[in-house]
Amino acid sequence: MITLDINGQKLQTDAEPDTPLLWVLRDHLGMTGSKFGCGKALCGACTVHIDGNATRSCVLPVSAVTASKITTIEAVGQSKVGKAVQDAWIAEDVPQCGYCQSGQIMSATALLTTNNKPTDADIDAAMSGNICRCATYVRIRAAIKRAAGSLTT
Amino acid sequence: MSAIEKDAGIHATRREVLKSGAALTIAMWLPGGSARATDADATKAGTFVPNAFVRIAEDSTVTVLSKHVEMGQGAYTGLATIVAEELDADWDQIRVEGAPADAKLYNNLAFGPFQGTGGSTAIANSYDQLKQAGATARAMLVTAAANRWNVPANEITIASGVVQHKSGKSARFGELVADAAKLPVPTDVKPKDPSTYNRIGKSAPRVDSKAKSTGTAIFTQDIKLPGMLTAVVAHPPRFGGKVKSFDASKAKQIKGVMSVVAFETPARAGVAVVATDFWAAKKGRDALSVEWDESNAFKQSSEQMLQEYRELTKQPGDIAKQEGDVEKAFASAARTFEAIYEFPYLAHAAMEPMNCVVQIGQGSCEVWNGEQFQTADQMNIAKLLGIAPKDVKINQLYAGGSFGRRANPASDYLVETAAIAKAMGTNDPVKLVWTREDDTQAGYFRPMYVHWLKAGVDAKGKIIAWQHRIVGQSITRGTIFDSKGKIDNTSVEGAQNLPYRIPNLQVELHTTEPNVPVLWWRSVGSTHTAFSTECFLDDIARETRQDPYALRRSLLERHPRHLAVLDLAAEKSGWKKKRAADEFFGIALHESFNSVVAQVAKLKKTPNGPKLVNVVCAVDCGIAVNPNIVAMQMESGIGYGLSAALMGAVTLKEGRVEQGNFDDYPVLRINEMPAVETHIVPSRNKPTGVGEPGTPVIAPALANALAQLDGKPTRSLPLSAQGVKLA
Repeated sequence: MITLDINGQKLQTDAEPDTPLLWVLRDHLGMTGSKFGCGKALCGACTVHIDGNATRSCVLPVSAVTASKITTIEAVGQSKVGKAVQDAWIAEDVPQCGYCQSGQIMSATALLTTNNKPTDADIDAAMSGNICRCATYVRIRAAIKRAAGSLTT
Repeated sequence: MSAIEKDAGIHATRREVLKSGAALTIAMWLPGGSARATDADATKAGTFVPNAFVRIAEDSTVTVLSKHVEMGQGAYTGLATIVAEELDADWDQIRVEGAPADAKLYNNLAFGPFQGTGGSTAIANSYDQLKQAGATARAMLVTAAANRWNVPANEITIASGVVQHKSGKSARFGELVADAAKLPVPTDVKPKDPSTYNRIGKSAPRVDSKAKSTGTAIFTQDIKLPGMLTAVVAHPPRFGGKVKSFDASKAKQIKGVMSVVAFETPARAGVAVVATDFWAAKKGRDALSVEWDESNAFKQSSEQMLQEYRELTKQPGDIAKQEGDVEKAFASAARTFEAIYEFPYLAHAAMEPMNCVVQIGQGSCEVWNGEQFQTADQMNIAKLLGIAPKDVKINQLYAGGSFGRRANPASDYLVETAAIAKAMGTNDPVKLVWTREDDTQAGYFRPMYVHWLKAGVDAKGKIIAWQHRIVGQSITRGTIFDSKGKIDNTSVEGAQNLPYRIPNLQVELHTTEPNVPVLWWRSVGSTHTAFSTECFLDDIARETRQDPYALRRSLLERHPRHLAVLDLAAEKSGWKKKRAADEFFGIALHESFNSVVAQVAKLKKTPNGPKLVNVVCAVDCGIAVNPNIVAMQMESGIGYGLSAALMGAVTLKEGRVEQGNFDDYPVLRINEMPAVETHIVPSRNKPTGVGEPGTPVIAPALANALAQLDGKPTRSLPLSAQGVKLA
């Protein structure tokens, strides 16, 4: 058995140690908010926080994160920044198909946690690992700025 | 009929072609007799169900049943807006659910007796239907209140979900549900006149934003059923390949692998590894050793196909459109111009790789899917299993993008899931999960095309002749949508209905038949015809020293709608104003799905190359039911079209697809997305499409701007293959 610290809870899984964290979350622990898009850390749909850092869970063996604090989309709204980001996403009507948005929100939350006034270049750097095929990028940018504004006022 | 309506109705649209093809085929198997919604909620006591589209519960929630899939395009929100308008409901009491598969109740009125979403028709075909559904429900609530309060019905009003009478009496919908449910359904209710709208035309928030911002929206990938197994497949490396033999011994050693089965469907053959979870199934698939029979497999390279297509442009094709006499006109022309345009195969690359859940029962089958083509999928699964289409129950889920991929007349990935479940020989639910590589390589691409164009101008630069020859595969041939004629309208749409007034016009088509599976891809024929026609027109403008905007204006006298859209884009972009020395604008105009879109791409020259700073987009889509969603779809269409224009290409090497994932099939990222501003032409006409029409216009607008910058026309896409990279 492997014990994981996910969203502040200790959870146990009998998944094989080489199983990527994404599939442990989805198939073993029933947390389906993090999505499978590419399996190669190319699209960002699987993004979670490992000790606060935005990390692609689709290529991360579960055995590598047994000592880490893992946060997923299911609990990101419990943090002030995560909640501000989700509220901004809703206010800007960002999602279209929505499949990539969990990952987008995790990346945006990690960005705003370390940089509460990101420039366009900061947003490009932090968010260019997250693909959206509906191209909601214009609104993602607006929502990040809205969230930043709500956090600094 | 107004001039504008006539304008929109002149040419056969894709939906009409679809309708005629589908009607013939589907009518043969639809069972007789009338059908009713039968799901449990609809018959639950205490719920008012005036029709197949509206349910009102005792807690006053209004559930709108959407016959169309929500795949990002905003259909759930738009359809609910129409019902909420007629009901005068409060937006907070509105819920939306995917309707069950039932072509009698939920057919797409633009497709005939066929339930499905496509051709940007969701709002257009539902508008009158949902107005009627909402108005009827409203009338029954009013009657119930009038009876209860013993007042005339015409003294009752509804605002924000509250039914009121001037005496001070009021009730929420839920309080009237029991009485309303006992009333006969009136058949003569008159829906609202658009002049009285107070919700349509305003931007209510999306109904799905919260679920999709909190990870709680359920997609097919997220379905988990008791005893469900996951299948990962090995597909043949070439189209048309079959399984000769396979060795599953190593795969079966992997913990969690339950079985390994070969399958064959009309779309493709393969071997599936079925396991308790995805990772076990994937490891099993990777450990599989399959020997393929490639005796009938497709082994050409796309480069070689391109050569053949180029050769074909030199020969006359089948006539799709003929006005005047182009040969005579060319002979009398002061100058003629020619150009060849080349377009690669494209993958849809939806964020959610194709997947499906199937559980086979006794003489029945249950499907979970983000479902775009209910009627075809029911037919095809039923055929495979030897059951009746009505016994294929489909659970509608959110779809993680589609862009045409899920509207497949062959139902390829659904039938594949059913074939795997059938080969298992159990009643266990099976979830098929394609990897990104499976998704990219399985095909159903936007076809590869080559266009040849020739134009002649008189001494004053006026275009007197235009000849357009298109070479490529037909999307509908051999499917239930096959029009059976020589011309597949989806290959020439956008070219044969060129809006510009040119006295001698000829459009020809060579339909090729390589064994490469193809499909519609967001905006279908317009993905290539908008580019070749709009870029060629700019070529002529440049060569004859005419302003591209002014040239278009001069040719649009019969198309006031196009003219208005073009003018709006030009005005909002400041086309006529003096530009800075490092600023270059490109304009393009195109009609698809009965909507007209014009875009101005604004490039800025930088030390790192040209930068696409801004796109100004104007659209006439009739009444904008929800202007915010119209804007979202323009932004999305621009991003999707830009992605393909800049970097999208699927290539074949000896039949093998050379791309697999987002490293070698790159797509647009946030740093490459321009700012977009959308302007909607005010309209009192019925709504037309918005999901697709923004897509085809950006590539020619961008290419025309690039040509302004360096004088070099773009004749082949993607731009990355031409060495063009934006800053």
